Amino acid sequence: MLYEEFVGWRSEAVKNLVERGAVRKFAEAIAEGSPLYVDEDAARGSRYGRLLAPPTFPRTFDYGRIEELELPTAGLIHGEFRISYERPLLVGEELRCGMQLKQSYDKQSRRGLLGFLVFERTGESLEGERVFTTNDIVVVTEAVRRGIPV
Amino acid sequence: MSTPAWRIGEKLEERTLPPIDRVQLIKYAGASGDYNPIHLTDDAATEAGLPGIIAHGMLTVATMGLLFSPHLEHGYVKTFRSRFSGMVFLGDTLRVGGRATEVEEAADGVLHVFDVYARRGEDTVASGEVGFLVYGD
Repeated sequence: MLYEEFVGWRSEAVKNLVERGAVRKFAEAIAEGSPLYVDEDAARGSRYGRLLAPPTFPRTFDYGRIEELELPTAGLIHGEFRISYERPLLVGEELRCGMQLKQSYDKQSRRGLLGFLVFERTGESLEGERVFTTNDIVVVTEAVRRGIPV
Repeated sequence: MSTPAWRIGEKLEERTLPPIDRVQLIKYAGASGDYNPIHLTDDAATEAGLPGIIAHGMLTVATMGLLFSPHLEHGYVKTFRSRFSGMVFLGDTLRVGGRATEVEEAADGVLHVFDVYARRGEDTVASGEVGFLVYGD
């Protein structure tokens, strides 16, 4: 199994700010039209009281690095993305974000031996309350695997 | 707009998005911090064995999330799961849509679960499941 020795390892958590300008740019890039992401007056009058961040915005955060884990820089395939929120993510809040390699497994496919790496990323308020959890599956093809030093 | 409630099997209104262009990919790269050159330059894409520049997979996921934007006054996307099943190229026009599959009582309201998709013509390039929480009050 790829990177088996790193399964369970965590990064050191990093503080991230849900920044208004960053949310606006992100909303523009995905052609998001809702005023609740960009218009402060509309957000103030909403049930949230402040601007929201789009559901996939946590992709943009810094989750730190799992020490010594060096993934190939090219050819990785993103197979699946999941996110689950405990509550909506709001502009202006600070979160502590970290990541962990949760699982590594191999599967034989028609395209050869595929490696699957499951990364979990979390965001917590500075008080330690969980706000969201993401899971990403990264697929390592046989060709990419051949380039990984053992 | 009144509080939304979907019956199982009910469809979300399908949306057709503008064709993917370079400017959008550059904007998304800047906004997301994903500067992988296969999304930005023809040479890098060709060197990687691709027929051309491909869109960021997470841009397609974000696009499926747009289905719920009209309802944010009443609730939010609580869970989002997506799988990638095809590449998206420059000039591709995607349609996103979804269908209600489940309704569950939750602590603070009602969770409406949907199967969602992003398609180019008849090809599904991404699909997934969204849980949209509609607040009870």
